[in-house]
Amino acid sequence: MEEVAIIGVGCTHVGEPWHKSLRNIAVESTWAAMDDANINQVDALVIGNMSSGNFNDQESLGSLISDYAGLGNISAFKVEGACGSGGAAFNAGVMAVASGYHDTVCVTGIEKMTDVVGDSATKILANASDREYEAIHGISFVGLNAMIMRRYMHDYNVKREDLCAFPVNSHKNAVHNKYAMFRKEIKLESVINSPMVADPMTLMECAPICDGSASLILTTKEKAKEYTDTPIIVKGSSVKVDTIGVHDRKTVTSMKATIAAASDAYRQSGLSSADIDTLELHDAFSIMGAIGLEDLGFAERGKGASMAAEGQIAIGGKLPCCTFGGLKARGHPVGATGVYQLAELCWNLRGDGKVEAENGMAQNIGGTGSTVSVTILGRD
Amino acid sequence: MKTIKDIGIVGYGAYVPMYRIKNSDIARVWGNDPNRVPVKEKSVPGPDEDACTIACEASKNALLRAKINPQSLGAVWVGTESKPYAVKPTSTIVAEVIGATPNINAADWEFACKAGTEALQGALGYVGSGMSNYALAIGVDTAQGQPADALEYTAAAGGSALIVGPASEAVAHYEGSCSFVTDTPDFWRRQHEHYPKHASRFTGMPAYFYHITNAAKTLCSELGTEPNEYDYVILHQPNTKFPMAAAGMLGVDKEKVIPGLIAPYIGNTYAGSAVLGLAAVFDVAKPGERVLCVSYGSGAGSDAFSFTMTDRIDEVRNEAPNVKSYVGRRVSIDYATYARYRQKIRM
Repeated sequence: MEEVAIIGVGCTHVGEPWHKSLRNIAVESTWAAMDDANINQVDALVIGNMSSGNFNDQESLGSLISDYAGLGNISAFKVEGACGSGGAAFNAGVMAVASGYHDTVCVTGIEKMTDVVGDSATKILANASDREYEAIHGISFVGLNAMIMRRYMHDYNVKREDLCAFPVNSHKNAVHNKYAMFRKEIKLESVINSPMVADPMTLMECAPICDGSASLILTTKEKAKEYTDTPIIVKGSSVKVDTIGVHDRKTVTSMKATIAAASDAYRQSGLSSADIDTLELHDAFSIMGAIGLEDLGFAERGKGASMAAEGQIAIGGKLPCCTFGGLKARGHPVGATGVYQLAELCWNLRGDGKVEAENGMAQNIGGTGSTVSVTILGRD
Repeated sequence: MKTIKDIGIVGYGAYVPMYRIKNSDIARVWGNDPNRVPVKEKSVPGPDEDACTIACEASKNALLRAKINPQSLGAVWVGTESKPYAVKPTSTIVAEVIGATPNINAADWEFACKAGTEALQGALGYVGSGMSNYALAIGVDTAQGQPADALEYTAAAGGSALIVGPASEAVAHYEGSCSFVTDTPDFWRRQHEHYPKHASRFTGMPAYFYHITNAAKTLCSELGTEPNEYDYVILHQPNTKFPMAAAGMLGVDKEKVIPGLIAPYIGNTYAGSAVLGLAAVFDVAKPGERVLCVSYGSGAGSDAFSFTMTDRIDEVRNEAPNVKSYVGRRVSIDYATYARYRQKIRM
């Protein structure tokens, strides 16, 4: 098995680019990453995308994006794992390089969600749950997460206010990220008093519907030296799944897929949670931030929320999290999110971020924890 | 754009139905937060009112100020998206009611919320080219918002009529106008549908703000002016927030927008919105003051107009009820009465 390195990073501004289509932004980030790596061709393109068929009436993204990026007859295809599509696509790209099957691979996470109106987006996002047993009854994806939040608050005697610290942290960190959707700090009271979406979850605890594309160029650690002085090494990459329906799990306040993927990534890297300097959490909803910290081994059960409330996840804190704004403030273009997280880790590890780090971790969740990828990146 | 002949607005008139429903009442019915609503209340047409009756009332007020014989009108044009008849002109009824028939051009104009200013552009061209001495342009709507939809909070009723004529008789001298139009599908209603549909947040930046700001900038560029040079600026007002934000983008001081801002009190009167704001400004503007008015219609486009008030405004402004009196003339109704008046319950 070859060791894998990231030699190029590129992404688009996350927001509502009404004047651009899916292909425009996917090509934009792909070319940006290739420029960053100083290359003009790749052997393969792996696309992370949740639902272009529903959001954009467009499938066959491997062909579409390769075609419009001018990459010719390369190997290209789409990987899907709901909101965890980006992390899963990255894992597929890593396997392609590690196995020796391809020398240079581009992983592009892309989602263009704003081509449909809000009601349609809600319906499409509910496809990440079990359509026959969950969504069919009318529950939205936010609703499922609200139920998990309610149970977490009950089991661990946690106040809603404590969970509201996650979006406050993410917004603060997004201010310095030129690619972020919301570059504006928010107050705890604003989150607490924002409109209720699904009781007990408020609007400002939820990541926004938006568009974005992020890309990474992978090659072997050996070849990476030909392209850059600051290759970022993939020390661990794992994707695990759990039951698709929340109702089939013994507990909803912990995600088996996260625990399994983290265990695998730690094993691959030879590192432990104590070695991780910064973490990109999947904070699509504030409750996911708390559970993530616990499942990844950074907080005891029921203590994830207080870790945020105490400022331990802030830049300068014990474990800086979501240092470029996370899903809440950078934005959550679902299939692209996992790749944005890794791009942001690369910036920190290269020394271009706000955090000094030797090793960083990203957790990317699909569904309500049904598909989870955990990645550990580190300096050479 | 400028006309060959020197022209202006010689008469204007407004009308707003007296019924009001509070936004907080609509929010209560649908389980939403009554403190997070786009306007305070909106006007509701009574059971015997429609776009045609409102157009007639506004036109009669405009004639009172213009002091002309209705028979001298060369055109009666009604801009609306709430025509009482799908096929049969509203304008013929209005022309008959005010005594302008039969030697007249009559037509209904449609361009969502800018149908009224589209009719005004036509009237300016009709009179400015010399085809007629006078032309009447009306912007009016009894807008329908689907129950529980975001638009239900603002979809209101009202209208304003403007008579274009020679500059020598003008209350507001016409200096120039322009239109800015693209094919932008942000809001629409297909045939046989009761309520319009909209593309949510897409109605904001790429639709309303893009067209409003570009129309204003284009006109100012053509005339060598700046938006903030004007004493009053009226921007289409679908709610309170949008025109204030657009004013900020144009560098216009907020106090210049306030006199023409009536949406907080009566809601969005669609094709009546910009022209009602214009009438509200005419009610208070002094001779020599300059007025910039920019409409917005979904689909999408904006019309921008530049006027300077003349001495005649002081002579005629009190010949008919002003906008403030119509806004203040209110009878509060509850949601059930509103549902009956607006035929929300269909059996």
